[in-house]
Parts: sequence; structure tokens; C-alpha cells
Amino acid sequence: MTKNKNIQQVSFWERNRKSEGYLLKKKIMEIAVVICRFILLFGLCFLILQPILNKISVSFMTEPDLFNPIVISIPVHFTTDNYRVTAEIMNYSKGIVNSLVISFTVSLLQIAVCTIVGYGFARFKFPLKNFWFACVMLVILIPPQVISNSLFIHFRFFDVFGIIKAIRGEALNLRGLPIPYYMMSAGCMGLKNGLYIYMIRQFFRNIPNDMEEAAYVDGCGTFKTFFTIMLPEGKPIITSCFLFSFVWQWTDGFYSKMFLGTTTLLSTSIARLVDSIGAYIQRVQGIKTTVSVAYSNCILGTGTLMLVAPLLVLYLFAQRQFVESISSSGIKM
Amino acid sequence: MNKPKTKYVGLEKRKAIAGYLFISPFILGFLLFMVKPFFQSLYMSFCNVELGAATFKMHFTKLENYYFCFRIDPEYTSLLGTEITRMIIYSLAIIVFSFFIALILNQKFKGRALVRAVFFLPVILSSGVMLGLESNNQLIAALQQSIEDTTSGVSVTDALQTILRTTGVGVKAYEKVFEIIDNIYDVALASGIQIIIFLSGLQTIPRSMYEAADIEGCTAWESLWKITFPSISSLFLVNWIYTVIDFCMRSDNKVIDKIQVIMIDNLNYGAASAMTWIYFLIVIAFVGITSFFISKGVYYND
Repeated sequence: MTKNKNIQQVSFWERNRKSEGYLLKKKIMEIAVVICRFILLFGLCFLILQPILNKISVSFMTEPDLFNPIVISIPVHFTTDNYRVTAEIMNYSKGIVNSLVISFTVSLLQIAVCTIVGYGFARFKFPLKNFWFACVMLVILIPPQVISNSLFIHFRFFDVFGIIKAIRGEALNLRGLPIPYYMMSAGCMGLKNGLYIYMIRQFFRNIPNDMEEAAYVDGCGTFKTFFTIMLPEGKPIITSCFLFSFVWQWTDGFYSKMFLGTTTLLSTSIARLVDSIGAYIQRVQGIKTTVSVAYSNCILGTGTLMLVAPLLVLYLFAQRQFVESISSSGIKM
Repeated sequence: MNKPKTKYVGLEKRKAIAGYLFISPFILGFLLFMVKPFFQSLYMSFCNVELGAATFKMHFTKLENYYFCFRIDPEYTSLLGTEITRMIIYSLAIIVFSFFIALILNQKFKGRALVRAVFFLPVILSSGVMLGLESNNQLIAALQQSIEDTTSGVSVTDALQTILRTTGVGVKAYEKVFEIIDNIYDVALASGIQIIIFLSGLQTIPRSMYEAADIEGCTAWESLWKITFPSISSLFLVNWIYTVIDFCMRSDNKVIDKIQVIMIDNLNYGAASAMTWIYFLIVIAFVGITSFFISKGVYYND
């Protein structure tokens, strides 16, 4: 006990002298690493956050403020007009409802189907399993752009083995309706669905076999096992896949443009935002004017903020699920 | 006596049927919405597609569309070249960057949760349409230009660039490095998922391994190469494939833009198919060859 105390009382410099300068060197190195790391991380975090902060400050400026060289981040004439204008151009209230409904239903459907398929790949042995799993890999690898033009025609002249043509006399035109996208989602061919199948399969593979066997011994059927034992087990991965799916669907432009062109969605209306500013101003003021670059960028920035605001709120609350999901699935190759 | 065996076979058979039931949505979707359009689009790339009011016709025209892509269309080949070099350079940069950031984020320091949250924010911010909006922001570009003009000769990076340029060795390679450093924001935005994947791998390495190496006299640099690198080498393969494929689907990809224009505005489905197929084949060949070489260097523990 006394010996222990003695060691503690020896001063830092004493210990340093005894270790022939090693201790001091190590301490300096440690402090240097901490300082370098702080500078680096601070810089990079600033780099990522700065555009958002910048957009927030710009979105409260009036047009004269944008051209005022003294104004950098705090507006002189504080205004919420930009939000009003942007909301009107983007048809925000309608767009956000549509986006919510479409993103929610689509990702719910996709994740439900992907969970079933992923579970099937993880827990059952059946002939040709490796072949079908290679197909899942292929779905991840093939960019949807490759098949987009063919799908375009496929749904323009939709038919199931000529049945519809026999009844109606011509093929169905499903373009512009959300039905094709729901059909694709039900068939695991939506946005990044291969990835979700892969992640969910990885997760279910790590669950020990004993649970299933115990359930079987107790008289639990295959489907009951899935619903009552495996689904609660897989809650974390399913929630996080759902979150990813929701977020990516929300901001997706490709599928939305292709299948949901006529539905007012936030992600598609923001792409047209800059082009519609001129027309909007002309309609309101009755004069034909050219919109300055600064102002159109201000509106675009405001629109972007309004697009991501719901997602940011979601991220704030569900950040753990986003991040830990992939860690828990243990992706390996 | 034979009963238990037959019953086991029966169970296995039932399980196989159940398995097929579980993956049947995928099989259906794959055949209907992937295989069929896939081959149809391949066939279309050899055809002249005519869109009518209620029907469409395809005339087989051999390699005419491919000829159109390479020889007649003025933009396609140059776009293809720039887009593919950009893909290679950026994918490399993203892998290195995300590995580096994952190493740092795996250390223990105050405010780690906050920093992690910020670094994963791009998973939301760079998805879908957001990326395209960011890249054609003229105001930012103009601002950047003016800042560069006013600070030239003052900034450290500029001075470094001039010094490196005057040495005259491998100027082209330097230019690419400068370009990446200038666009570090793009790299940071594109590496959210990759950081998470690397981080999940780093967390599985037992601490005791580093401690043992430390006691044996291994420096931190050596243990990085001898312990960390082999342990997560398989994740490099995963991340590489993910990054390259993700790059193809980005909304600011100019080749895809070009294809969209040809398809939707010009209604030239045949040429659009041919263009997609050329791009797709090059990318797949690239992924295949590079993955083959990376997988040779992957170290498997078990």
C-alpha cells in the first residue's frame, strides 16, 4: 500500500528523467495527435455543414441583401418571403403530402417483400439457391438506367401474356400512374432493393439455428416461426432498411421521373424549380423579367432546405438506427 | 425402421418449398422486371424503334446504332471518356478518404457521437436529386472563382501547387490530385456509406491484438499495415464495388443525362439503348477486372 502511494507521488518530471525522456516524448506526441485530429475533424465537419448553414442564412435574405457585399451570413432585411414563394412554385403542401404517401407506402412494401426474400435466402436450403442469390447480386450490379428505356416501353404497352389485349383490344398504358412502381416494388426491383435483400440476409444468417429448432420442436410451423420469432429478432435491421428506403425514395429523381411523372412530388418539382421562377414572377407581377442568378439560387437553396427538412428531423431522432444497422449486419464478402 | 429417414426427407422437402415460397416475389420480379427488359433493351440496341400511338415496331438494323454512338453523335465518345476517368479517380479518392476517416472515427475522443452524426449526414444530403442541384450551383462556382482570384499567391495550397508544377515530373498526375483536393466536398459527400462499412469492420478487430503488438514493440504505423489492413481487406472489395456502381447512378452523371435526352427528347430508343449498353459493359468490365485483382489481395482470417 505504501509502495503504491510512493509511486504516485513521484512527479512527472522525475518519472520522465527515469525513463530517459520517453515519457515526455510520448506525452507531446499524444497532445499533437489530439490537436491535429481536432483541426482535421473540425475542418471536415465544417465542410459538410457549411452549405446547409449557408443555405439557411441565404433563405432569409431579401434580394438586395444578396447583392450587398457587406452581408455575408446575417441578413439586414430579415424576411420569410422566400419560403412563401418557393412553397407556391413547388406546390409544397400538395407535394409534401404526395411525397409522404408515396415514400411511405413504397418503402413499406419494398421492405416487407425484401424481408421475406432475405429471410428465405438466409434460413432455407433449396435447390438453385446459389444461382438465385447470384441474381440478387446482379440486381445490385446492374444500374437501373440500363433497363430504363425498355421498362418505359414495357409499361407504355403493358400486357400480361396478351390477356389484356384480348379483352380491351389494345394494351394498357400505365405510364404516369404509380401502379408500375408499386408492381416493381412488390417484385423487389425498386430503388436499391438488392442491397436491402443482401443486408437483411446477412443479419438473419447470424441468428443461431437453435431458436428455429426449438420452435419446431414446440410445434411451431415455418410461417409462424417467421412471424413470431424471427421478425422481432430482426427489428433493428428492418427499421434501418426502412429508414434508408424512405430517405432514398424521398430524394430519388430517377424512378420518380420515369414512373411518377404526373404526380406532384417534392423531388421532381425541385428539379424544375429554377425554370419555373421566371414564369411565376411574370404571372404574379404581370411583367416579363429576367431572374438574376443570385435570386434563382436563393430560391433553389430554399427549396432544397424545404426538401431535406423532414429528412433532417427524421435523422435527428433516428440517427442510431441509420448508423448501427450496417454495423450490426456485418457485411462481409 | 425407415420411418425417421423418410420423415426427415419430408421436412427437408417442405423446407425447400417454403424457401421457394419466401423468395418467390423476387423470382417473379426478377423475371418480369429485370430479365425481360434486360434482353429487350439489348435487342433494342440493334434495332430502329418506331413509337406509334398504340404500338411500337422494331426493325433490325445490325450495328447501326453503335455506329451512330461512336461516329455520328458528336458528344458521346468524349463524354464517355471524361466520365470514366472521373469515375476511376473519384472512386479511388473516396476509398482512401473513407478509410482514413473511419480510422479516425474509430478512436476515442470527446464529441465522437456528434462528429459521426455529421459524417453520416451525406447519406441523406447527397442522395438522389440533391447531388445534381449542388453541382450546377452557379453562384457557388462564381464565388469560388473570385476567391481563387483574390487569394492566388497568398494561399498555402496555391504555393504548393506552383512548386509541384515547376518540378515537371508527372504534371498530369499532380493535376488530378489538385482536382480531387479542390473537390474534397464531393468526395466527402459521396463516402457516407463507405465510412459506415469500414467502421463496422474496424470495430470487429479485437483490442488485444493491438496490445500484443504494442508490447512486442510494434509502432502504430506498423500495426496499421500488419493488423488493421489485413483484417478489413475484404471490406475494400465491398466498398470498391459499391462506390463504382454508386457512381454510375449518380444524378450528375453526364452520360446518363445524355442518354435521357436522346431517349425522352429525341425519342431515339435504339440509340439510347446502344449508349446505355456501351456504358454498362465498360463499367461492368472495369468492376470485374479490378475486383479480380483486389480479391487476390484480400486476406481471409478463417
